[in-house]
Amino acid sequence: MSPSLEIQVIAVVVAVACALPGTFLVLQRMSMMSDAISHAILPGIVVAFFFTGTLSSPWLILGAAMAGVLTVALVEVLRKTGLLKEDAAIGIVFPALFSVGVILIARYAGDVHLDIDAVLLGELAFAPFDRMVIGGIDIGPRSLIIMLCVLLLNLIFILVFFKELKLTTFDRALAGALGFAPALLHYILMGIVSVTAVGAFDAVGSILVVALMVAPPASAYMLTDKLKNMIWLSVIIGILSAISGYWMARVLDASIAGSMASMSGLFFVVIVFLAPGRGIWWTYRLKTLQKLRFSTEMLTIHLLNHEGLPEASTECRIDHLEDHLRWEHVFAQRAVRSAMQKEYVVLEHDVLLLTSKGRLFAQQSQLDL
Amino acid sequence: MIELFSDLFSDYTLRTVAMGAALLGITAGSLGGFALLRRQSLLGDAISHAALPGIALAFLITGSKAPLVLMTGAALAGWLGAALISSVTNRTRIKYDSALGIMLSVFFGFGLVLLTYIQRNPDANQAGLESFLFGQAAALVERDVFVILGIGALVIFLMGLFWKEFKVLSFDPDFFQTLGFPVRALDHLLTGLFVIAIVIGLQTVGVVLMSAMIIAPGAAARQWTDRLGRMIMLSGCIGAVSGVGGALISSSIPGLPTGPTIVLIVSSIVVFSLLFAPNRGIVFRKYREWKSGKQLRVEAVLVDMYTLAAQHLSAEYPHSARVLDVMSSMSGPARRTLGLLKDLGLATQLDAKMWSLTPEGVRRAELIIQRQFGGEE
Repeated sequence: MSPSLEIQVIAVVVAVACALPGTFLVLQRMSMMSDAISHAILPGIVVAFFFTGTLSSPWLILGAAMAGVLTVALVEVLRKTGLLKEDAAIGIVFPALFSVGVILIARYAGDVHLDIDAVLLGELAFAPFDRMVIGGIDIGPRSLIIMLCVLLLNLIFILVFFKELKLTTFDRALAGALGFAPALLHYILMGIVSVTAVGAFDAVGSILVVALMVAPPASAYMLTDKLKNMIWLSVIIGILSAISGYWMARVLDASIAGSMASMSGLFFVVIVFLAPGRGIWWTYRLKTLQKLRFSTEMLTIHLLNHEGLPEASTECRIDHLEDHLRWEHVFAQRAVRSAMQKEYVVLEHDVLLLTSKGRLFAQQSQLDL
Repeated sequence: MIELFSDLFSDYTLRTVAMGAALLGITAGSLGGFALLRRQSLLGDAISHAALPGIALAFLITGSKAPLVLMTGAALAGWLGAALISSVTNRTRIKYDSALGIMLSVFFGFGLVLLTYIQRNPDANQAGLESFLFGQAAALVERDVFVILGIGALVIFLMGLFWKEFKVLSFDPDFFQTLGFPVRALDHLLTGLFVIAIVIGLQTVGVVLMSAMIIAPGAAARQWTDRLGRMIMLSGCIGAVSGVGGALISSSIPGLPTGPTIVLIVSSIVVFSLLFAPNRGIVFRKYREWKSGKQLRVEAVLVDMYTLAAQHLSAEYPHSARVLDVMSSMSGPARRTLGLLKDLGLATQLDAKMWSLTPEGVRRAELIIQRQFGGEE
């Protein structure tokens, strides 16, 4: 494989590995835990690094996963005191742990290759040059192998615990009553998030982990109401973000991780606007249509009320509508135009008259109201 | 220690850093109190990340690294991020936490793209922009302190000016709206002040640690008081103390970065407050629970002994501890409480097993029964 292809494969694997647990984070309203964990794993990485002296040991992943679970436990402890809300608890725990990590690095690891930039920002461009060699055979870039393992772990987790995750996500109380141990599952899920975050940290950096864990599932959430569909869509959107992000970085000669995060954001924005039935543009259009329909109903009913009566010649003028129905001039014009288009009313000598079709519509609307 | 404080007045760098950190702590701490009450603690985290592309863009457009220029860019981007978060949460089914996570990571990612783009552009001298990521308190100069002072004073002045409005906004926004106040405009104003408070801190403590400067002082202050005014004042003070403390400690120990030290100090203050604050603190709560639990047990055993004795001729008729154990099985073993009764002079031990009420005990039991049952028995 060429380095360019290898980078894209790594990015895709990371995207899929993040989208799987990310779906459940988004649904359980714990998206910010991904941010907290991806920062708080720093001291775990540093401590494990002190013991092993290398950045490529599996102990690093274990150390980081433990730091992640520690974060979750500390947040839980703070929350259980009842003195702090969950968001404040998260916001206090992870900067503190992160600070511990930064201080450990500054004091004891200043002269080794372990800088905070690498953890936070990552540099995917160098990933293909760090090969994993077993028994003299080059089996691929190290981060690819690691992320494939993480992906496999996440897949197994979701396949095995799908039912439990689904129940815990949508009805935690029921899950508890049925004996599914939602608290334990919560910790396992957070452990999975930690492992994913640390597996990805030197390839893509922790900020991209947040982007890939939250943005694609949130985009998918705009598109579907089915859990399985949401997982599939998250995976697809994640993959698209990864590949398009890579090419964006190629074109701009800029950070690959940052470009992928930007692309995932772009997908999110597009989907938030255009998602069928739920997007901002759709709801806006729906509202406008409903408003217009209602105004047509009001107009025809108004005309029906005064039809054939002596005051009809004054009541049924467009400018009178503005006073009577409290419509603004532009809106009144639009309502009349729309009613004329539908052939409900006609204009004769500045007076609006109902057509037979309009009369029927008005009567029907009155019944409905 | 004394030497350290004298350094504070003589050492230029230390004095600058300490001043900057203190001002920052006051501003961020007092505004953070509002964020805590409005359950927007993590908004600070999102805003500080979202500010990055603004910094890069400001540099790209103006080519200047003057703090005010970069801060303006940062503030605009941070404010845009905050506005998008509230707009997405209000208009779609996306939840607040997801919106925060997305804006935070996407804005930051885009900022990284811009930063790396600037770096690879050989003409630009981008050195110093990175300090916004992790903060470089030691690099503060006097001019920066004046900028922080000016902006911080403005922010706090505006907070004082709109004090009443922000107060109602934090506690009962719906009520506020029914009173006919422009809630959305005030919400934007408070968010705007919040953004400014964050932006002036980025250069000192960096993106990640700024969120702690926002949340932690408020969270600590909240434990000590139930009055908003006191809480905000205390929050500002805690911020300032942590700032100065962090500057002092990190200057006296080589290789200790200032930002993280400040964060650890403020986090320790939070833990201390959670444990020891009067009324709300965990230690006080446990003590109160233990005390009222003890009183309840004493009363329960007294009443048990009295009702048992009521079956006999005298209210001081003795009973075995085992019977009382069985009767008070809900509130723990009676034997321990009996010892307490003896110390209080309410009961006497006749032999190894048998206990009886003293006349004082009888009187107390009657009082308790009267209180509980309205004197009918």
